[in-house]
Amino acid sequence: MADGISVAGLNAWFGENHVLRNISLRVPANGVTAVIGPSGCGKSTFIRCINRMHEVVPGARVEGQILLNGENLYGPGVDPVLIRRRIGMVFQKPNPFPTMSVWDNVAAGLRLGGVRDRAVLADSVERALRHAALWDEVKDDLDKSGMSLSGGQQQRLCIGRALAVQPEVLLMDEPCSALDPIATAKIEELILDLKKELTIVIVTHNMQQAARVSEWAGFFLMGELVEVGVTKELFTTPHDKRTEDYITGRFG
Amino acid sequence: MSGLSRRRTANAVMNVLAGSAAFVVILPLVLVLAFLIYQGGTSLNLDFFTRLPKPVGEPGGGMANAIVGTLILIALACGLGLPVGILGGLYLAESRDRRIPWVVRFLADVLNGVPSIVIGIFAYTLVVRPMRHFSALAGGVALGVIMVPIVLRTTEEIVRLVPASLREAGLALGLPQWKVTVRVVLTTARAGIITGVMVAIARIAGETAPLLFTAFGNRFGYHGLDQPIAALALQIFAYAISPFDDWHRQAWAGALVLISMVFLVSLAARLATSGLQRQTRR
Repeated sequence: MADGISVAGLNAWFGENHVLRNISLRVPANGVTAVIGPSGCGKSTFIRCINRMHEVVPGARVEGQILLNGENLYGPGVDPVLIRRRIGMVFQKPNPFPTMSVWDNVAAGLRLGGVRDRAVLADSVERALRHAALWDEVKDDLDKSGMSLSGGQQQRLCIGRALAVQPEVLLMDEPCSALDPIATAKIEELILDLKKELTIVIVTHNMQQAARVSEWAGFFLMGELVEVGVTKELFTTPHDKRTEDYITGRFG
Repeated sequence: MSGLSRRRTANAVMNVLAGSAAFVVILPLVLVLAFLIYQGGTSLNLDFFTRLPKPVGEPGGGMANAIVGTLILIALACGLGLPVGILGGLYLAESRDRRIPWVVRFLADVLNGVPSIVIGIFAYTLVVRPMRHFSALAGGVALGVIMVPIVLRTTEEIVRLVPASLREAGLALGLPQWKVTVRVVLTTARAGIITGVMVAIARIAGETAPLLFTAFGNRFGYHGLDQPIAALALQIFAYAISPFDDWHRQAWAGALVLISMVFLVSLAARLATSGLQRQTRR
């Protein structure tokens, strides 16, 4: 059934700027794939193509094919809104809805998506928050504003918010870059837990993080996918000179 | 050392300058309020709020009709002006198109600068002439038109301040654009929008010129939206230019009531929005 995401001949532009060049790779299901590379290499654009968020930016354009379990996400008549329900996203900076409580934040996706039943919502919120390893910390403060939480808690709240709509895939765009090491460790632990049920694609600047959490990794450079493979092999025996230079810290 | 002492002196001088500038800002308000209380406070009593005006020569009477009239006119203006202003501002802030918003923004700024008496003439031509008589509705249209550009521009500014990351968070949850706009963007901006609305209400509450030939005023109670209606500003105007001392005192009292209404509206807005912000920070 679930065979993950396969990307073929993906190109993306911001206006005239060709930011992704002919990317093809496979993201296996129920695992963690890391996307690494220096700033501006197209990592974020790449994962934003997967949930069709790239095209939201004025002037942005995508060509190519992305299949999720065999279904073309860029096929004719495919509604990006429905794609985004199946492919959740967590951003670099925690972005809880500031006027909503912890509970409302997690319920937002379902509620604004049309779910009214209080019991169903309450169940989903608790399940999502437990999944996001936040339930025990906030269960007595569900009515407090999401903004009252610490940075790391806010990021887990955002993960919970994304999980509540029960996506098949979770995209994480440098989810720990705004967090301290303890909060980072919690999120990494969470990622290892979530991959049992989800396919995860994580963009990271931190190569130790990529090594700790991912099974597969792709190295991007200037809009091209230089190398992709099993993380351990990519880090120990890279095939491409540029990959080796990057992971040994010679540039970027 | 001399550098440090010079900086200290400069600091002290700037503090005094900035402090006195702040004082000059609030001075006119304090003076106007004090003068109004001095001149009009004595004529304020229960009758003023509950009774209709008495004919010339008879002492007593009140401005109940004008107070109610002003409230009705404000409600009408809000009913007409707020939907257009808020939705229009949302469009200006969220639209991807560049040209149309530029034109709308420019025209709104021009409209904001149009003298209110000209807007009164507009409402006269649009509503009074076809109906063949003055009416509350015409007054509401005139005031509503004055509100639109103020509400439009403040809504736009506030909505622009909503971080793009929140829109993205909404879209990434699989919500359609319109739901993100209404339920995330508008909700996040609501405190600022309420403030803008209150500023607009304070502005129109005191407008007199556009009401002269639209609402027209009347000395009796409310008789329907299609009939002339009293307003505090109109009543103050009529009483202030009259030759009667008693009416002058009533005009002062009316001015005091009007300014208190504006003051209370502003205060309520402040409290409401700071309440919202506290809720967010909690």
